[in-house]
Amino acid sequence: MQARPPKTSNRFQWLHTLGAAARTRRGVIGLGLTTLVVLVAVIGPLVEPYPSTSFETIPFATPSGQFLLGGDILGRDVLSRVLDGGWLLLVMAVAATAFSILIGGAAGISAAYLRGKTDGIIMRTVDVILAFPSLVFALLLVSIIGPKTWLIILAVGIVQAPPVARVLRSATLDISERDYVKAVELQGVRPAKVMRSEILPNLISPLMVETGLRVTYAIVIMAGLAFLGFGQPPPAANWGYMIQENRIGLSSNPWGVVAPAILIALLTIGTNTFTDAIARVAIGVDRRPEEAALIDDLKVGAPA
Amino acid sequence: MASEQNEQSKPTGVTTATSSSPWWVEHPIASLAARRAAMGVVTLFVVSIVIFLATEVLPGNAAYAVLGHTATPQRLKALENQLHLNRGLLDQYWVWLSGLFTGKLGNSLANGDPVWGQVAPRLVNSSVLVFAAGIIGSVLGVVLGAVAALRKDGWYDHISSVISLAVTSLPEFVIAIALIILLATVVSHVLPAVSLIPPGTYAWSQPKLLILPVATLVLVIVPYILRMMRAAMIEALESDYVEMARLKGVPEWRVVLVHALPNAIAPTIQVIGLNYLYLAGGIVIVEDVFNFPGIGQGLVNAVNDRDIPVIQLIVVILAAFYVFMNILTDVIALLATPRRRIAR
Amino acid sequence: MSSNDTAVSGTDARSEAARVRLETRDLRIELSSSGVDVVSDVSFAVRAGEVLGLVGESGSGKTTVALALLGHARRGLKISGGQINLDGKDILALKSSELRALRGAKVAYVPQDPSAALNPTLRIGLQLREAISSHPGAVTDIDARIREVLKDARLDASTGILKRYPHQLSGGQQQRVALAMAFSCRPSLIVLDEPTTGLDVSTQRHVLETVRALCRSYGVAAVYVSHDLAVVGGLVSEVAVMYSGRIIELGTTEQVFSSPVHPYTRGLLAAVPSPDRSEILTGMEGQPPRPGRRPKGCSFAPRCSYAIETCTTLTPEPVMLDRRLVRCLRAGEIGQGTPRRQGILAAATMDHGATLLELRGVSASYGRNPVLHGVDLSVAPESCTAVVGESGSGKTTLARCIVGLHSNWTGEMRFDGNELARGTRPRQKDLLKRIQYIFQNPYTSLNPRKTIGQIISQPLEHFFNMSAGERATRVAGVLDDVSLGGDFLNRYPDQLSGGERQRVAIARAIVVEPDLLVCDEVTSALDVSVQAVIVELLRRLQKERHLSMIFITHNLALVRSIARSAIVLSEGRLVEAGPVEQVLENPQDPYTIRLIRDVPKLASSHLGAQVALGSA
Ligand SMILES: Nc1ncnc2c1ncn2[C@@H]1O[C@H](COP(=O)(O)OP(=O)(O)O)[C@@H](O)[C@H]1O
Ligand code: SF4
Ligand SMILES: [Mg+2]
Repeated sequence: MQARPPKTSNRFQWLHTLGAAARTRRGVIGLGLTTLVVLVAVIGPLVEPYPSTSFETIPFATPSGQFLLGGDILGRDVLSRVLDGGWLLLVMAVAATAFSILIGGAAGISAAYLRGKTDGIIMRTVDVILAFPSLVFALLLVSIIGPKTWLIILAVGIVQAPPVARVLRSATLDISERDYVKAVELQGVRPAKVMRSEILPNLISPLMVETGLRVTYAIVIMAGLAFLGFGQPPPAANWGYMIQENRIGLSSNPWGVVAPAILIALLTIGTNTFTDAIARVAIGVDRRPEEAALIDDLKVGAPA
Repeated sequence: MASEQNEQSKPTGVTTATSSSPWWVEHPIASLAARRAAMGVVTLFVVSIVIFLATEVLPGNAAYAVLGHTATPQRLKALENQLHLNRGLLDQYWVWLSGLFTGKLGNSLANGDPVWGQVAPRLVNSSVLVFAAGIIGSVLGVVLGAVAALRKDGWYDHISSVISLAVTSLPEFVIAIALIILLATVVSHVLPAVSLIPPGTYAWSQPKLLILPVATLVLVIVPYILRMMRAAMIEALESDYVEMARLKGVPEWRVVLVHALPNAIAPTIQVIGLNYLYLAGGIVIVEDVFNFPGIGQGLVNAVNDRDIPVIQLIVVILAAFYVFMNILTDVIALLATPRRRIAR
Repeated sequence: MSSNDTAVSGTDARSEAARVRLETRDLRIELSSSGVDVVSDVSFAVRAGEVLGLVGESGSGKTTVALALLGHARRGLKISGGQINLDGKDILALKSSELRALRGAKVAYVPQDPSAALNPTLRIGLQLREAISSHPGAVTDIDARIREVLKDARLDASTGILKRYPHQLSGGQQQRVALAMAFSCRPSLIVLDEPTTGLDVSTQRHVLETVRALCRSYGVAAVYVSHDLAVVGGLVSEVAVMYSGRIIELGTTEQVFSSPVHPYTRGLLAAVPSPDRSEILTGMEGQPPRPGRRPKGCSFAPRCSYAIETCTTLTPEPVMLDRRLVRCLRAGEIGQGTPRRQGILAAATMDHGATLLELRGVSASYGRNPVLHGVDLSVAPESCTAVVGESGSGKTTLARCIVGLHSNWTGEMRFDGNELARGTRPRQKDLLKRIQYIFQNPYTSLNPRKTIGQIISQPLEHFFNMSAGERATRVAGVLDDVSLGGDFLNRYPDQLSGGERQRVAIARAIVVEPDLLVCDEVTSALDVSVQAVIVELLRRLQKERHLSMIFITHNLALVRSIARSAIVLSEGRLVEAGPVEQVLENPQDPYTIRLIRDVPKLASSHLGAQVALGSA
């Protein structure tokens, strides 16, 4: 199967792709939603009307002119808690994503290019990590060491590395068989250099798409952990945990649940939609890397 | 949380038949299953070591971890005995591993009940949840995806693609809460918001309690299956063999059902398998939201209580499910792909 | 376009008696998005029992026309005008249900790539059966009919072929299944789209004979699409040559091949290598314009050596010339002389014994699967040795062993007197520099993320300690050598045509001034007019730069144009070796004899004039 030629052959292809994605309809929507929520999370702590941990009103007070979104389970101002409860989630999700892309990317590319033992060891490790459902792995670590910020970043980073490794391994396997890689190998160029200067530039599209997906899922996992009560320790505001603690007051003041839920939803929809826009620009409408890898795997698995 | 979407096991190609075909060439399915099972056993073994080490060794001493500040020398001693912490590491591991097979895993640290007796009914409840959601979700996903492919670029395709994109983005607790708000609290009260199943009875005894948790999980997995089915089906519909079928005058319904569908189903089966695995993790949150007495809720409780024997058992069960499902989907996908199943 | 006249004017009594089965008039197919025409003004007619050849290079619109004959247009295209009359009925006017009933029953299609066109999940028997059962009433006894068509297509039904899946059949068998399927409902018209591409020559010959025999015995009309003039020459009675979506010359095979008029046809024929004579091939520079990019006037003008001022303003209409149609403003002036076919290469002189590369008993395997068995090869300094063999004969493996891409081999290789190590790792940098390799497919051998300048200077950076300025000079020089200008430096591979890409690949190889160039099927992904250009380029470079060369090809006809000596491989074994003339004219091994016999050639009667010219 002939590979789809890149739409543009730009030296700064990733910037170009980002720009092109941002100009599509999905890109505009995705980027818009993401920016909106990020602004709320970043500017929020500066403009919150009340300290987010102080008791200002009665529990589950209904919205009023004074407390726009009413009170939460302990009578704290929901609006202030919403404004304060997002920034750490964002920082942690970005950090965890950077970790999984670096580790997963390096592992996947090396496994595919170096083959043999390296491949075996890396892929068996991946199998072991995958055997833990991602949330469960994080829970396991947190149950032992406690809900430390660094630990959650590390745990989410680790559970998200295997899918990155798999997608990049499959993409690299394809690329490292291309003749242009062989042409450079024939000159006796070192493997590290081949990977860096011949293979990596051709992995920009899957890397970008993976980054987008991992950001989305890092937010999802971290919000889930917080929802279960394994985020920052209690008094601090946190969108995920707000939903948990205010659930019992749903019928009195739904905003304690609805407001953080909407923000989380807009954020993940935003990042995922922008990722989709990138995938459509960089790879094509009907072939996301993970789906393409599955279809192709089954196609080439024929006996030689 | 939905990260398993991308994960797939590299299918292992069937080797070429040589003149003196050994059995694994004649029976590629048995060979694949055997190889996968062997690899699975190794994976599980490593997983068990990881779980064991993580829970027993990492933070110095599990007994201390459990008791925390309340630790007094006597209580520590007693707990150490109960957890066999006074023995060597290898010994401890051996006791635990053999316990997994004999069912003698000791008692829960939280309430003193036998671990296995506590987890077993939860396991049954969770299985009902996972398989109900899995079966409904797969059928829906395959049908909706196939229709989207047939109506490619039509309004149905656009709408389903936008909706599935949005739904795949959402954490499952957001979906669950949305369902509760819509159907069980704020907006209407048609369904119960929690699935309190009385002890001693099982999940299927009150189907109404199952509706919301199952619906949440179905919503979570359908978009993935839909998207894969759509992509694979489009690939098939635009293939040379479908064009050829049309050019020899095969009726359109036959083109779709006999020519395109069987080719689209193999990759979709793999994604369905992944989604079962995903469900195994997804139950943790969904059971927590609906107070559903399954192993997911059990795990959260155990983590809160630092009930190490229970944590260990539940995580091992989930890992074993992963390994088993992987083998199963590989074998089914192989059955659906003659090119890989039958050597030349 | 009055294509009727052409058909009617045929002299063959049998064909005059036969009915016109298919008549296509002013067919136009356009991009459904922009309305740009992909194919236009296509008119021709075919009689029962006759085969019309539709020839042209890739992208000329052959497949698009072929599919239109079944009322089908690929996604993104639509048939927007004209008529296709089959037995007097316009199929473009049919409702979709009528069209379905017609496809397979009255018009059948044989696809280019049967391995992709047969459904991998369905058994052969089912696929054959449904071709018949989809048309109730066409055949009474389906099982008997299946047995019959299998026999017609020379397939053995007793071997359980019906129970197999497509991947269990060889390429030739798959193509026969497709043929059997096409004939199964006894259609009036059969459309064959390059049905022998990708088959080895012997299988190709058998399939062609089958097609010929079936058309004759069933009295069906056939349209045979091909880019291979030699294949068409031996099979069809009439030829339509397509260029850039239009038919530019249409006449009897005899007329078109032995006295072509249109400059493009003439160029094409001059580019076709011949296994019989050692000639300099003349290619055509440039490439056909893509739909929507056609220049005003004649779309061939940018490549035409006869072009005059008016050609760029006035679109030529087809003119009748000596009972053939030609779409050229200067058709009358050009005359029907022989196409440019220059000079004869000097016969090989035996070399003086010195060797640069010497292989003794080289055997190689992939895993435990042996592919080469004790192959010997020697390459003299500054000379070219061809390695010939069908696909799967081990040619590429041999090349990969020599250059170091494959290390699982035994035997002995000596280069310039020294033992060659297995693989690239143990080889000295200088040695790696002295042996360079050019890949088969220029579409995969250039990194799409690098500019041409980066691609060519990369080996310089690796092998030499040069300043950036020196490198730039070297790169500019070598680009010039392969006839690419300096403006290619900053372009990316996907902005280049196949021929241009292959030149870049050649430039990358010669820029380090190697001693030995290993060329693996370097023209097989290119059109014949471009192939000729590349072969000529390699021949010139070899001479100018005193290179030794190994030229690997499956195309026997090419060997004469470039090599002095040749070896023939069959199933990994060396079956013939010697000077080219000896190998081609006086082969000893039965395999080589068969290979040379089965190679399709333009019959010498077609090229009579040139043969005369050649021996002068
Ligand atoms: N589905 C399509 N959509 C758009 N352009 C097409 C499509 N199919 C073919 N083309 C264009 O039409 C021209 C003729 O193509 P084709 O009929 O395949 O030529 P050939 O069979 O002679 O190689 C080419 O320029 C090709 O790029
Ligand atoms: S019309 Fe002019 S440019 Fe076109 S083929 Fe004839 S001579 Fe050449
Ligand atoms: Mg074609």
